[in-house]
Amino acid sequence: MARNAPDIPLQKIYTQLPDGNGMFGEFGGRYVAETLIEPLDQLEEAYRQFKNDPEFLAEFEADLKHYVGRPSPLYYAQRLSRKHAGAQIYLKREDLNHTGAHKINNTVGQALLAKRMGKTRIIAETGAGQHGVASATVAARLGLECVVYMGEEDMRRQAPNVYRMRLLGAEVVPVRSGSRTLKDALNEALRDWVTHVDSTFYIIGTVAGPHPYPTLVRDFQTVIGREAKNQLHELAGCLPDALVACVGGGSNAIGLFHPFLDDAHVRMYGIEAGGLGVETHKHSAPLNTGKPGVLHGNRTYLMEDENGQITETHSISAGLDYPGVGPEHAWLKDVGRVCYESVTDEQALTAFHEVTRVEGIIPALESSHAIAYALQLTAKMSPEQTIIVNLSGRGDKDIDTVAEIEGIEL
Amino acid sequence: MSRIQERFAALARDGRKALVPYITAGDPHPGQTVALMHDLVGAGADIIELGVPFSDPMADGPVIQAACERALVHNTSLQDVLGMVSEFRQRDQQTPVVLMGYQNPIEVMGTSQFALQARQSQVDGVLTVDLPFEQAGEALDIYQRHSLDTIFLIAPTTSPARIKKICEKSSGLIYYVSLRGVTGAGHLDVSEVKSRVNEIKQHSVLPVGVGFGVKDAESARDIASVADAVIVGSALIRQIAAHVTHHETLRKNIMALLAGMRKAMDNGPRKPEVPDMRA
Repeated sequence: MARNAPDIPLQKIYTQLPDGNGMFGEFGGRYVAETLIEPLDQLEEAYRQFKNDPEFLAEFEADLKHYVGRPSPLYYAQRLSRKHAGAQIYLKREDLNHTGAHKINNTVGQALLAKRMGKTRIIAETGAGQHGVASATVAARLGLECVVYMGEEDMRRQAPNVYRMRLLGAEVVPVRSGSRTLKDALNEALRDWVTHVDSTFYIIGTVAGPHPYPTLVRDFQTVIGREAKNQLHELAGCLPDALVACVGGGSNAIGLFHPFLDDAHVRMYGIEAGGLGVETHKHSAPLNTGKPGVLHGNRTYLMEDENGQITETHSISAGLDYPGVGPEHAWLKDVGRVCYESVTDEQALTAFHEVTRVEGIIPALESSHAIAYALQLTAKMSPEQTIIVNLSGRGDKDIDTVAEIEGIEL
Repeated sequence: MSRIQERFAALARDGRKALVPYITAGDPHPGQTVALMHDLVGAGADIIELGVPFSDPMADGPVIQAACERALVHNTSLQDVLGMVSEFRQRDQQTPVVLMGYQNPIEVMGTSQFALQARQSQVDGVLTVDLPFEQAGEALDIYQRHSLDTIFLIAPTTSPARIKKICEKSSGLIYYVSLRGVTGAGHLDVSEVKSRVNEIKQHSVLPVGVGFGVKDAESARDIASVADAVIVGSALIRQIAAHVTHHETLRKNIMALLAGMRKAMDNGPRKPEVPDMRA
């Protein structure tokens, strides 16, 4: 691969969607019960109005700077790069944001929308707890009531985040239906919203759900890619050769990828959770193994059985443990712009330890999936090439999980 | 004339309102569903709404979610549900059956294949909870070609302009969701329901059924005074949940609950005046 010039793309090929119905090709849309159509219309209208409102945008930018702590650094991982003797590896440090992950970019944006729409109550679903914490955080700051739905199994896996949300004044509601993980929390949050549509703003944490959420969340997260593009240009004077990010619902990945989609020479890799291996059915890799279907308000790739029932997923990381994926990723897969791969629990754990020891950064288990793939990728690349890996969150929340696996009692 | 139209025409002649029970197919066991359907008819059901179990029924409350989970323990599939309707039709050719469920199991079977088999099983209508008319385009054509009525929900939040559009896409009946919430929730405001039903009727000659929140004979009677059909689901499912292992008690309680509703609807003090068609 030749070194790419940091130019501005001439043609918008991959950044024109969704269409007026919220479709990315055959994916996305609005597959919800009738009660939610009107509130979704209201949200779409409010967003259409505010996304070009200079006052709204200025407030969003000011919050990102002074509250979230942006821009997050683009860190050159020198020892990691040298150790693997491939491409130069840069880590986009979303773990250094307030609350420790990229999730806050989106909750700050949606909270500003909620405030302008006159809503008094925030609800959210959460898997790893990062989005729940980020939602509880912005609710506390704006003095809004906050209810977070979380699968009982995830509450066990992520107990410190549960306490964190409660400290912030949020009510955390355990979800005991289905597999007791993120998908069931999403069902419960949708039910709450249907019941309290007038007072309540539902902050969805990922680029899934009914239109306009996949677009809204994407737009609030693209700050990641815009910053990374400028930062790499300043640091190395080039565009990256490859981008790598983990994909559960896919918000950190789309946030990094989107500003580069029309840069034809930038290769992109979305990494799903391979769990115990994609051949075992114990994984969370719908783009690698699933089929298109309808869940949680949008058409996308799903993990389902032969009767169309959604199957239980597995991943070492709660944040990737989801049977669907954002519809824009489904489209980017089908048009071949982004390559979706998977890495196993074990490979992610190895990467987790390596980055911790070699760079002094404890990455989230979610982000460890991206790093694990980047380390495979770099072996096939040369030293004049560059990779940006999205380090979407910090790993402090995962130390109990890692210790448990290694038989260490804390 | 479709079976649903015929049924409403007959009810209108008698000055009665339709009682529409919902059960989830396969709950508590696939082997019991057809017998339960006949029981429902015996206790006064005019139309049966048969739920197709789905793993993630996001518009339903905990009661119906639990019913889906019980049915899915036995892997009750859409194919199985169609088989149940066929079996039901061996003894009952008159009572309309509407399948109510979510889009994903239909997609996996393929909409055309589903429509074909539904017609062969003598299903009368399809209500897909998470398929608003904007997303239903192709499916609507397919269902119409197979003479399946397409039933849509109208909610308290639905705008007047949308009500008009939904009415244009509907056939068989229109389902008004009586409250903001999921199935099995909340408290009914009959006067609000009445004004919304009247609003719907300005745009459609179709009968309007009202569901979500009908729990006993009294609420059934109240709804019957303002709508053409009373849809009851979670109240019945609660009886199933309470007697999963006692089939006879389950049947007896469901039939008693439904018969009580039937009686209250037919004898209710607020029974509207109906002109004598024979005169």
